[in-house]
Amino acid sequence: MRRWLLISVPYLWLLVFFLIPFFIVFKISLSDIATAIPPYTPVFDFSMGIGEFISKLDFENYRFIFNDSLYVNSYFSALKIAGISTVLTLLVAYPIAYGMARAPKEWQPTLVMLVILPFWTSFLIRVYAWIGILKKEGLLNLFLMNLGVISEPLTIMNTPLAVYIGIIYSYLPFMILPLYASLEKINPALLEAAADLGSPPWKSFWQVTFPLSLPGVLAGCFLVFIPATGEFVIPDLLGGSDTLMIGKTLWGEFFGNRDWPVASAVAVVLLLVLVIPIVMFQSNQEKEREAAR
Amino acid sequence: MFDFAGMRRSFAGAAAAAALLAGAPALAKEVRVYNWSDYIDEEVLKDFEKETGIKVVYDVFDSNELLETKLLAGGSGYDVVVPTGPFLARQISANVFQKLDKSKLPNLKNTWPLINERTALYDPGNDYSINYMWGTTGIGYNEAKIKERMADAPVDSWDLIFKPEIVSKFKDCGIFLLDAADDILPVALLYLGLDPNSKDPGELQKAGALLESIRPNIQKFHSSEFINALANGDICIAVGFSGDILQARDRADEAKNGVTVGYKIPKEGAQMWFDQMAIPTDAKNVEEAHAFLNYMLDPKVIAKASNYVNYANGNLASQEFIKEEVKSDTSIFPDDATLKRLFVKEPYDAKTQRVVTRIWTKVVTGQ
Repeated sequence: MRRWLLISVPYLWLLVFFLIPFFIVFKISLSDIATAIPPYTPVFDFSMGIGEFISKLDFENYRFIFNDSLYVNSYFSALKIAGISTVLTLLVAYPIAYGMARAPKEWQPTLVMLVILPFWTSFLIRVYAWIGILKKEGLLNLFLMNLGVISEPLTIMNTPLAVYIGIIYSYLPFMILPLYASLEKINPALLEAAADLGSPPWKSFWQVTFPLSLPGVLAGCFLVFIPATGEFVIPDLLGGSDTLMIGKTLWGEFFGNRDWPVASAVAVVLLLVLVIPIVMFQSNQEKEREAAR
Repeated sequence: MFDFAGMRRSFAGAAAAAALLAGAPALAKEVRVYNWSDYIDEEVLKDFEKETGIKVVYDVFDSNELLETKLLAGGSGYDVVVPTGPFLARQISANVFQKLDKSKLPNLKNTWPLINERTALYDPGNDYSINYMWGTTGIGYNEAKIKERMADAPVDSWDLIFKPEIVSKFKDCGIFLLDAADDILPVALLYLGLDPNSKDPGELQKAGALLESIRPNIQKFHSSEFINALANGDICIAVGFSGDILQARDRADEAKNGVTVGYKIPKEGAQMWFDQMAIPTDAKNVEEAHAFLNYMLDPKVIAKASNYVNYANGNLASQEFIKEEVKSDTSIFPDDATLKRLFVKEPYDAKTQRVVTRIWTKVVTGQ
């Protein structure tokens, strides 16, 4: 009985904070826009029967999304930006996490603390700070011009490059922490054994360290890729108007066009775009694990 | 291990506190106001509290879209809100607002007939709203940077934005346009010699094509970032709201960063906009909301607000209390000749709105 209670807690959480809100959004996505409070027509009321309800059901808003290239391009563009950012974040984070895991034990809590430290400042303010660094007369351009590296200021603000920088910076801790956790667990005796058997360090890294850190790599990549795909703040503040991302398109649909039904449909499709491949990946992993046994 | 006695005591304490909180609104009268950010002299609110004993709970927003989303979701909890004309019109048709009880607003006698006539386009008979402030959508620019690139730049003409050979001179320096079809498309129509209020899809497409032709020169479409960008000297030109650009001018002056920001109402004409105070249907403190509106219609009070925020108001009687430097500034109070060239934008019907939205998305994203 006690165990059931314990197990039910996370499921209850999932029900209240994920499934119910999701169904509300899904319900709105089936309705039509209206000039009223709230700004959409109800999909069903209790007076009509099940048959009538089903006959009235249409997926008009979904058809609309897939018939207009804007939405499809926004999804692809967001996936592309998130994908590239994830790879770059991994490349930046891995050496940092590796260094942390190899640092003297007594330093490590301090180093972990330093990685978490930026969270003490509001995310929004940190993104704003990047405007001051990247803009035409910003810190970066002043610095490079004073050094004589460039003679004309670089245009980074309001370009896709600024969005990549913003995403890599903002999500770096989410990549470092799982990487560090898995690297830190690796038994140093394994590397010593590899060296004793004549393996050069780079070979030991690729054949011992990296495979053992894969769970951390995967966790980090998911933690960066998923939120980056739906990111709104970074492309809005740092990107240009032509930096398409689905989060921005969704915002425009909801606030600018006050079309809640289409905005909800965009959100439902975004969820499917992200959830389906992840679930497939997970079940594949599960199968491999079964097969390995 | 639980200290039941202690727990009961703290429960009792919490219950007493809850009772006190629940009783509070009945004791103290209050009015919840939701207005644009940086848009009032705080002293006005304090004076109102002192004079009437009604407490003001004051929150701010920075876009009509945000306000509209809260209002349309229902139960916003506000008693007075301040949407701009076309938004007000749409919200009235969505039954967001209640009719004003004009018997409780004796100060309505102070209003400016010319402004009332224009706001009636959004709110026929001005039954639902009073004007708070009004202004224009024109061109803000960085004086030094413009001169550097083109000594005789036509800053008082839409040529600056819509003539490719002129606008391209400022591409490297940064040009921002408002990210709002309602504000930019009408001006493009005007520049083409068409009716800024045109609802003809063909004409709207032409305006969209004009904007697409200058699109490569525009750094960004955004409705608030240009204030900081102009004040810091990061950009050359911004098409924006008069008050925002004048605010950028004042911020640059205060910062003494050597940036001089100018604002011009183009000679071809410009859009005139109105921020209107209205009371939501589900407001809880209707009586107090009327008291607040009537107070804001007091000539001395609204003059104080205008002096502080650098905007013109719709209160004719207030003009004798407005500072000379504000009143004589033609970018705030346009002269009669300019006033004639200003146009008012009618709200779009749902069908036109969809066409406009699609054209606008194409202009902004290139998609």
